[in-house]
Amino acid sequence: MADTIADTRRLFSKPQNLNDAYGPPSNFLEIDVSNPETVGVGRTRFTTYEIRLKTNLPIFKLKESRVRRRYSDFQWLRGELERDSKVVVPPLPGKALSRQLPFRGDDGIFDDSFIEERRAGLEQFLNKILSSSSNSLPPASDVTWGLYEFKDRVAGHPLAQNERCLHMFLQDESVDKTYTPSKIRQA
Amino acid sequence: MSFFSFGQSAEIDVVLTDAETRKKAEHKTEDGKKDKYFLFYDGETVAGKVNVTLKNPGKRLEHQGIKIEFVGQIELYYDRGNHHEFVSLVKDLARPGELTQSQTFDFEFTHVEKPYESYTGQNVKLRYFLRATVSRRLNDISKEMDIVVHTLSTYPELNSSIKMEVGIEDCLHIEFEYNKSKYHLKDVIVGKIYFLLVRIKIKHMEIDIIKRETTGTGPSVYHENDTIAKYEIMDGAPVRGESIPIRLFLAGYEMTPTMRDINKKFSVRYYLNLVLIDEEERRYFKQQEITLWRKGDVVRKSMSSQATIGAQRFEGSKSSVSSVLDLKCRA
Repeated sequence: MADTIADTRRLFSKPQNLNDAYGPPSNFLEIDVSNPETVGVGRTRFTTYEIRLKTNLPIFKLKESRVRRRYSDFQWLRGELERDSKVVVPPLPGKALSRQLPFRGDDGIFDDSFIEERRAGLEQFLNKILSSSSNSLPPASDVTWGLYEFKDRVAGHPLAQNERCLHMFLQDESVDKTYTPSKIRQA
Repeated sequence: MSFFSFGQSAEIDVVLTDAETRKKAEHKTEDGKKDKYFLFYDGETVAGKVNVTLKNPGKRLEHQGIKIEFVGQIELYYDRGNHHEFVSLVKDLARPGELTQSQTFDFEFTHVEKPYESYTGQNVKLRYFLRATVSRRLNDISKEMDIVVHTLSTYPELNSSIKMEVGIEDCLHIEFEYNKSKYHLKDVIVGKIYFLLVRIKIKHMEIDIIKRETTGTGPSVYHENDTIAKYEIMDGAPVRGESIPIRLFLAGYEMTPTMRDINKKFSVRYYLNLVLIDEEERRYFKQQEITLWRKGDVVRKSMSSQATIGAQRFEGSKSSVSSVLDLKCRA
């Protein structure tokens, strides 16, 4: 008599909710840098860029935010992240010092094509920081995370992005450079 | 040795009574080669003949006694000098004296207890063998014959499924389920992974079977891990509410039954390791021990085990015992 054949039918599972299947993912995040505006006159002129963030990640206080920042704010952010977080921070578009020299034929750093180049670079910079599939964040790889039952709290979190400076940069009215560096902890 | 034989020398060989009918089983040797040996089970009698063949017919062979032993022993590779014998039986075949011609001796070890399965591992070996010896003043003549022992079990009375919700807070929540906690060596692991929350970008998911051989006790415990199988069960990024099925046939892999604390010397245990890998090569894992057991070739299943299988929830079934029994009583 042959061996009875093992039952290999699938275990029962609830059918997937269509909203779960086709709705926005649980890690939705969109960031844009746009609408450059040059303000001021003469030597005190500077350009600001609008930063728009849309997300459903719980770590962000506002699910939609819109702020204006200038290049030096980006430089500040990069400095803070390099010092505090353990990831390799992507580079910013150049400082363009040569464009700030006098006797140029064009508008220097207020030249339309330069501003557009810089805008694209700044957008790329923010995308890299916020995206978790960035090649410029190597220390995160080679890490192994054990999955635990939830009664056991686990220190650390594979999704970084909890630097206070980053949240302040993206969502607060203005950047307070005298802030106390810290990590955002969720309630 | 026979270059300088002043006197007589002999050859011994051991032949089992049921050599024609007894099955052989394949077993790996220490250097990785596979050989076939006679297969025995616990309680079986080991009987046969010892043939002592004189090399120079006509000359006498003086000896201090002829005997045959049945030995079961554990050998730790880092401590080769010490063999831990857990079975040691001896039968004297001849008193000290002399043989004038080649002779055959019958022997029988009746209903021998063989409590453990033969095992050849990375750091430890458990083996059974017959050893026939012609004792002499200067050097003994002996011959060993290895046999292989398999330990059989019957269907476990209780074989609950493994089901757990695990993850990382706010990042990844999954519920995994395996249909049993005890699998026989030719069984199938049927399970599923249900995603409750996915915030990381998962690239793929796999199930690994890990064998862990533990030797030593107390402070000098040593674990040797070996990944026996890696089986991809999902390629791509899942979202909330998705269920990924698992179906893993064990017969294709070389495994032994789970061996726990054998003679207090070693253990061999098996684990299922569920691994998720994200786009940044981060690995998320959950390891779960399973018990492996060896099923006899002809085993009659009890009604209670059939009912247990029927009580599991399968796709498309009304969870009725009779529909499962219909499937199973085919042969």
